[in-house]
Amino acid sequence: MVHWSAEEKQLISSVWGKVNVEECGAEALARLLIVYPWTQRFFSNFGNLSSPTAIIGNPKVRAHGKKVLTSFGEAVKNLDNIKGTYSKLSELHCEKLHVDPENFRLLGDILVIVLASHFGRDFTPACQFAWQKLVGVVAHALARRYH
Amino acid sequence: MLTAEDKKMVQQVWEKVSGHQEDVGAETLERMFAAYPQTKTYFPHFDLHHGSDQIRGHGKKVVAALGNAVKNLDNLSQALSELSNLHAYNLRVDPPCFSSQLLSQCLQVVLAVHLGKDYNPETHSAVDKFMSAVAAVLAEKYR
Repeated sequence: MVHWSAEEKQLISSVWGKVNVEECGAEALARLLIVYPWTQRFFSNFGNLSSPTAIIGNPKVRAHGKKVLTSFGEAVKNLDNIKGTYSKLSELHCEKLHVDPENFRLLGDILVIVLASHFGRDFTPACQFAWQKLVGVVAHALARRYH
Repeated sequence: MLTAEDKKMVQQVWEKVSGHQEDVGAETLERMFAAYPQTKTYFPHFDLHHGSDQIRGHGKKVVAALGNAVKNLDNLSQALSELSNLHAYNLRVDPPCFSSQLLSQCLQVVLAVHLGKDYNPETHSAVDKFMSAVAAVLAEKYR
């Protein structure tokens, strides 16, 4: 089980409390598809992904980004059982979606950058530490049921 | 590969932070030591407290080297050749450290903190590619 200090929990939930899940989710997913274009392989039915503008404006990208970040919220609510929280999703990503777990790490790093751009100086080094740890734990949990 | 557009964007970003290069360098290193404690193992001889002169000094060096790379985007291999030797033969920083983008991630967080919305997806992409290219050159001579 992952150990979270009281400070880490506080930093995570105080940032999360201010996050606009729809906006940040959409932005994080769009950036994933733009910065690491090979990730578009998982979204061939999303329509127009031909340019950064197209990706950012794509309603399916926005909707899915919101879905992904909403699910991330489950981790924030269940810091002491992230493994259990993502057990089914891990199986899904392996068996149905066939996503290489490396992509979870990429999305996690991008989410941290999105938070930094939204929160500026408030996203302190201590905040970054807690959130890099969180995205790492989530990525690990999502990869855990792969076989 | 860095396109002409990418190169322009990297140069533009660099210009935007040209007044605060020292701060950017120090903050990047501080965040790297805070977020990825394993990186501290390469600096046992440093005072790693917040605001330390050594961190400022080293941050300045790192940013100057990156600035030199930005001025020589068409020939990164040559521009970073000395540094590549240094990292391979003297410093021997674990190469995956470069490829797992630890410094790149922290530099980008600092740029995002300072530039906010201006650190847009296209700029993010260009800087990420640039840092990847720098990491690849630095790791070239390892074996």
